[in-house]
Amino acid sequence: MTNVNVATLWLVGGVMAVLAVATGIGQVLNLRIDTGLNPAVVAAFNLRLRAWWLMCSLLAVTFLVHEIATVVLFGLISFWALREFITLTPTRTADHRTLFWVFFLFTPLQYILVGMGDKQYGLYSVLIPVYAFLFVPARVAIAGDYKRFLERTAKIQAGLMICVYCLSHAPALLSLRIADYSDKMNGNAALLFFFVLVVQMGDVMQYAWERLAGKHVVAPAISPNKTWEGFLGGVLSATLLGTLLWKATPFEPWQAALMSLLIAVMGFAGGLTMSAIKRDRGVRDYGTLVTGHGGVLDRLDSICFAAPVFFHVTRYFFQSV
Amino acid sequence: MVKVLATEATARLLAVTARLLSGASVRWIGCEPDACQRIYFANHTSHLDALVVWSALPARVRAVTRPVAAKDYWDKGWFRRFMATNVFDALLIDREKIKVHNSPVDMLLRAIGETHSLIVFPEGHRNTGPEVGEFKSGLYHLAKKRPELELIPVHIDNVNRVLPRGEFLPVPLLSCISFGPPMWLEANESKPQFLQRAREAVRSLKEQ
Repeated sequence: MTNVNVATLWLVGGVMAVLAVATGIGQVLNLRIDTGLNPAVVAAFNLRLRAWWLMCSLLAVTFLVHEIATVVLFGLISFWALREFITLTPTRTADHRTLFWVFFLFTPLQYILVGMGDKQYGLYSVLIPVYAFLFVPARVAIAGDYKRFLERTAKIQAGLMICVYCLSHAPALLSLRIADYSDKMNGNAALLFFFVLVVQMGDVMQYAWERLAGKHVVAPAISPNKTWEGFLGGVLSATLLGTLLWKATPFEPWQAALMSLLIAVMGFAGGLTMSAIKRDRGVRDYGTLVTGHGGVLDRLDSICFAAPVFFHVTRYFFQSV
Repeated sequence: MVKVLATEATARLLAVTARLLSGASVRWIGCEPDACQRIYFANHTSHLDALVVWSALPARVRAVTRPVAAKDYWDKGWFRRFMATNVFDALLIDREKIKVHNSPVDMLLRAIGETHSLIVFPEGHRNTGPEVGEFKSGLYHLAKKRPELELIPVHIDNVNRVLPRGEFLPVPLLSCISFGPPMWLEANESKPQFLQRAREAVRSLKEQ
C-alpha cells in the first residue's frame, strides 16, 4: 500500500459495493422475462457493468501496487485505443512508417514522461501537440504520397491527441502536488478515482435520462440517442455525485460542484465527438469494427475529453508552488 | 527431447506474439476447429498471412497444420529460415519454377501424408487491391487428387495494414481471421467453376 490511505479505500470499496448491488439487480433482470423491460437494454446494462468492474478493479489493484503501475495501465489502454482508432481510419501504405513511430515512440514516450512526474510537465504537455504533430506530416511527406495528404495526417494526429495525449492526463493527476491534500491523502489516487467516477456517472445517468425523458435530440444525424434531456440529467446527476464526494478531493463543496460540472460537460462533448467520427466511418461501435473485441474506445471517449481539461484546471488553481 | 520442447516453446511464443501483434480476433463461422485433415485456403495480402492464420488455430490443430509459403521470402536469412523450417514447419514453394511437369501439388500431397493439414494461398502472390484476386489452379488439383479432404475458406482482414508489401516493421493494428464452412469439389464441376466458387466462399466471409 504505497499510495493509498484509508479514505481512498473507503471510496473504492463504496463504489465496489454499489457495483455489487447493481450486478445483483442486473442478474435478476436477466433471469426474469416478465419485467416489461427491453432485453437488449438489460443486456447493454450488464455489459456496461462488466466494463466497470474491470475498470474499477484494475484501478484498485494498481493503486495498491504503485503510482507507476497506474501509469502503465493507462499507457496500455492508450495503446489499445489508438489501435482501434487507426484501424478504423483509412491510412495509405505510405503512412506505415509514420504509424510505426506513432505507436512505438510517441505513445510510450508520453507515458514515460508522465511517469517521471510533474517535473516533466513542460515536456509531456508539448510532446504530442508540438513534436509529434510536426513530425507526422513531415514523415508522411518524405514517404512521397500526396493523395488526401491533409486528411491522412489529420487522422493520425487526431488519434494521437485523443487516445494518447488526452488519456495520459488521467494518470498525470497522480503527480500533482496539492497543498493540504497530497500529503494528507498519501498521494492523489482518490482524486483520480473521483474523476473516473464522475465521468462514468455522467455517462450512465445520461443514458438513463435519455431512456426516461429523452425528447429533443441534440444532433440527429450524428446520434439519434443523445438528447438535451439526457445531457442535462447526466450532467446534473454527475455534478450532484461529485459534490457529495467533495471530502475525497482537495476542493471545497462549491469547487467540487464546478469541477464535476466541467468533467461531465467535457464527457458529453467527448461522447458526441466520437459518435461523429464513428458515424463518418459507418460503424456503430469501435468494438464491432473488428468482431470479438470489446471496444475500449467506446467506453473511454468521455474520459479522453474530460481528462486534460480537469488536469489543467486542477493544476492551474490548486498545484502548490 | 530438449529440442522438441524448445521448438514447442518457440512455436507457442511465436503464436502468441503473432496474435498480439496482429490483434487478430478469430471467428469460426459454420465450422469448428478440428485436427482432422483439412486444406485451409485464404486470400493473400501480407507476408504475415501464413503466420497469422497458423497462429489463429488452437495449439493441437496448429501442431498438424503446415502453411505453404514462398521460398523466395522465407528461405532468405537464418531467422526466416529457422522460423519456417523449425517453428511452423512450412512447406516452401519455389514460385519461379512452377511448371506443368514440376507441379508443387504432388510435393504438397506427399508432404502432408494422411495426417497433416495445409494452409494455402491460391492467389499465388500478395494482392494489393481491396478485392480477392483470381485463384490459381493449384487448389483445384489438390481437391481433385484428395477429394475427401475438407476445404476450409479463410478470410484475412486488415493484416496487409499490419505489414504491407516491402515493409519490415509491423504496426500493431487490429485484424480479423474468419474460418468458413467446409466445401468440396462437386462431381462434374469444372475447374473455372470450382475456383470461382472457392473465391466467392472467401469473399463472402468478409461480409458476415
